[in-house]
Amino acid sequence: MTGSEKTRETIVEPTIFELGRPGRCGFRLPELDVPALDPAEVLGAGNVRQAGPDIPDLSEPEAVRHFTRLAELNHHVDRGFYPLGSCTMKYNPKVNEDAAALPGFTRLHPEAEERCCQGSLSLMYHLSRHLCEISGMDAVTLEPPAGASGELTGMLIVRAYHTARGNPRSKVIVPDSAHGTNPASLTLAGYDAVEIVSDDEGRIDTEELRKVVDEETAAIMITNPNTLGVFETHIEEIIEIVHGVGGLVYMDGANLNALLGIVRPGDIGFDVMHFNLHKTFSAPHGGGGPGSGPVGVKAALAPYLPYPVISRDDARPEGRKYHFDYDRPESIGKVHGVYGNFLVAVKAYAYILSLGPAGLRRVAENALINANYLQAALREHYDLPHGDYCQHEFVLSASRQKEHGVKALDIAKRLLDFGVHAPTIYFPLIVKEALMIEPTETESRESLDHFAEVMKEIARESESDPAVVQGAPTATPVSRLDEARAAKDLDVTWKRRNA
Amino acid sequence: MPYIPNTDKDRMEMLRTVGASSFDDLLTNIPESLRLRGDLDVPGPLSEPELMMHMERLAGLNKVPGEVTSFLGGGVYDHAVPAAVHHITGLPHFYTAYTPYQAEVSQGTLQAIYEFQSLIAELTGMEVANASLYDGATAVAEAALMALGIQRKRRKICVSESVNPAARAVLRTYLAAWGIELVEIPLEGGVTDVGAAAGAGADAAAVIVQQPNFFGLLEPVEAISAVAEETGALLVASVDPISLGVIRPPAEYGAAIVVGEGQSLGSPVAYGGPLLGFMATNAKHARRMPGRIIGTTTDTEGRRGYVMTLQTREQHIRREKATSNICTNQGLVALAATAYLSILGGTGLRELASHVLAKSHYAASELAGVPGVKLRFDGSFFREFVIELPVESSVVKEALTDIGIWPGIKCGCYYPEMDNCLLVSVTEKHSRRDIDSLVSGLAAVLATGEA
Repeated sequence: MTGSEKTRETIVEPTIFELGRPGRCGFRLPELDVPALDPAEVLGAGNVRQAGPDIPDLSEPEAVRHFTRLAELNHHVDRGFYPLGSCTMKYNPKVNEDAAALPGFTRLHPEAEERCCQGSLSLMYHLSRHLCEISGMDAVTLEPPAGASGELTGMLIVRAYHTARGNPRSKVIVPDSAHGTNPASLTLAGYDAVEIVSDDEGRIDTEELRKVVDEETAAIMITNPNTLGVFETHIEEIIEIVHGVGGLVYMDGANLNALLGIVRPGDIGFDVMHFNLHKTFSAPHGGGGPGSGPVGVKAALAPYLPYPVISRDDARPEGRKYHFDYDRPESIGKVHGVYGNFLVAVKAYAYILSLGPAGLRRVAENALINANYLQAALREHYDLPHGDYCQHEFVLSASRQKEHGVKALDIAKRLLDFGVHAPTIYFPLIVKEALMIEPTETESRESLDHFAEVMKEIARESESDPAVVQGAPTATPVSRLDEARAAKDLDVTWKRRNA
Repeated sequence: MPYIPNTDKDRMEMLRTVGASSFDDLLTNIPESLRLRGDLDVPGPLSEPELMMHMERLAGLNKVPGEVTSFLGGGVYDHAVPAAVHHITGLPHFYTAYTPYQAEVSQGTLQAIYEFQSLIAELTGMEVANASLYDGATAVAEAALMALGIQRKRRKICVSESVNPAARAVLRTYLAAWGIELVEIPLEGGVTDVGAAAGAGADAAAVIVQQPNFFGLLEPVEAISAVAEETGALLVASVDPISLGVIRPPAEYGAAIVVGEGQSLGSPVAYGGPLLGFMATNAKHARRMPGRIIGTTTDTEGRRGYVMTLQTREQHIRREKATSNICTNQGLVALAATAYLSILGGTGLRELASHVLAKSHYAASELAGVPGVKLRFDGSFFREFVIELPVESSVVKEALTDIGIWPGIKCGCYYPEMDNCLLVSVTEKHSRRDIDSLVSGLAAVLATGEA
């Protein structure tokens, strides 16, 4: 075996630090048409970089091929099914990308005079209004750049509301089925998390809730439908209990896809919620961002929204109608350097307009039909701890397969061999060996049938040949990776000594 | 329905399969009284051409470079983006994937982020970096929280008034809920007053400075670092990555945590979002960092591979005890930065930074030659500088906007005593002619008394 073959065998794709040669460049600057300067002279020798940065020099084709080869190692929605529960990995319409790439949007500087930004301001104003209509809330901010940022914003609004009434209060209730961001966000907002256990059906236990609410309860954070894909049937009672002690009710909008045109959280008593434009409203997830986490509130909470707020004033001259209102004395402050992920808002706005009211409702309907269809196909082959009709997602348990030594993790990895992405695993925490499946409305029936067949095949393998499942994946660019080793021998940045 | 494959016939058959006679049967868990009656009042549906016509009309209501010559910066910069960058971020393999929860089918995303972390470490001189944060402003706030986590007995943060006002605003929001004292260090000649820093720094968990600062000026980082060390505070430096092509990396002046805004690395200004926060620190603080971190490992056959690591810091495992609530970051924007730096290379970045330096100094000296105009500060600067006008800046800006020139940011919006000042930003994209047109435009506006 030659050296290069050996290298190929151990490295799937070299890092950029192992590519290129000094002096290459994929980029040409315009000719310098002003006098050149000596940095040391202008900035002072002590302020000037003496060496490096040691960044490799690549030509454009080398760089493009490197990233294209990397791209090919990824699973993605355009390639196939991605039933990652709670993440709503729906198809991302191409026209939205075109809209967000318009130079009128991408080249607009945030410090441009308002009369030069009327298109963007109008778009954000109307998107906020549409989100209000969809959710039943009275006001929306688009400033939070992600869902978790929206949660923090919402919790800070809760805090400002109570503080204005004399006592910020000290605790926020979260069910044990909640996303991890919920307790992390409320902690960041200065609250203590009070966790309550769910009932046998995976819903909030109203008796447990009554035990913990009191005058120190600032809010409850509820994901509805919850992370088991179950609608909180007693939601009116829950809201009444919390409102009864003067607390507020927060909705984590991660699962809003199930409610579009069917239930408006604001109508049923939620006071504040966040949206995930990258889930419900089809903006792509970008391999982990950028997202967008707008927050909607009822009128009583509107004074506390982050500043600035976009206002429309028809009395102003044409071309200056939409403007930023910074005069918000009760605002919680800013939560992003500018005004959130504007280009993500463009995509969500385009999505709403392309669907219209009937289309939005059909999104929710088909998401529910797809989830229930898949649940029905799999319930005999895997344990289904909560067996009602589900909403947009459902949670299976691999406990039956575990008897043969096959864990949820093994099933997830085996799925990769069949060219589909794994569900979310080991979440929610209240289900053992959880496999959380959210097909979304953009999957065809054939796609669901194929996934069901693969899942059944893996269930059979788990009994007949568990080693195959335990040894998966084998058809992927790398086989199972050693996570423990990554944490133990921490290497998070390339060092020349690696070479 | 272009994005929803299943037809009415499919739906009926699928409903029958699950034992439902109509869609409403699936809603049995939702009390009837809670359901929406009637349709949502939103516009649409629009066909694709109708939608694009509408979007083009909205985009057309904005004014952008091409129609105007802009010298706006203030943390968001209009640098040239090589075409290859958006072709790379436009690969659906990257943009339609999610957080790499299944590492074996996400090696592309994971390795690209590892390369991003490595590049940030290389630029800043620090040992470790994370996978990105939302933006430079929230990165400053996260750095403050991290410092408080490291220095558990300290309940105070000091920040220089020359740190980007938006970052200080976000910092204020993040710290208020915890009742952390926030002390702003006053300025002397546009940079941090080192004497005042010495007074304020006592008991602080961190002293935060920005290099170059909001006015483009180089801070006396060495002296501030000495103050931080004396008082036991950690030095947090917010830096501009392009400037690091020529300016000394923060590791060399003792920064413990380095953050910054990375939009200038290959992303458009995009009305301020998406942006790109980054964070780097030394190995001993790696486990206190917020956000995703990618590390190398091996697969069962010994091949090099990449995974999300140190996850026990994070919210999905630690819940209320996590180092931060951050989950998703700015993955695709970090990819753009990685592609951008790969295409420029170290050589290209150094050359770019020296062009920016030359052009901004040319602009400053020409503007200072306009009657009635002078440079507000004497210090060394990179890319940005402040000019002082004989009249209020808003009047000048309005008049110049009328002739298609955006001269800079009105400093008075953020520093009330600087009502007659403009912050002018120059990049390699500005030709000498662009700069000369700003100079002559400003001279004309001031001369005709339009201002």
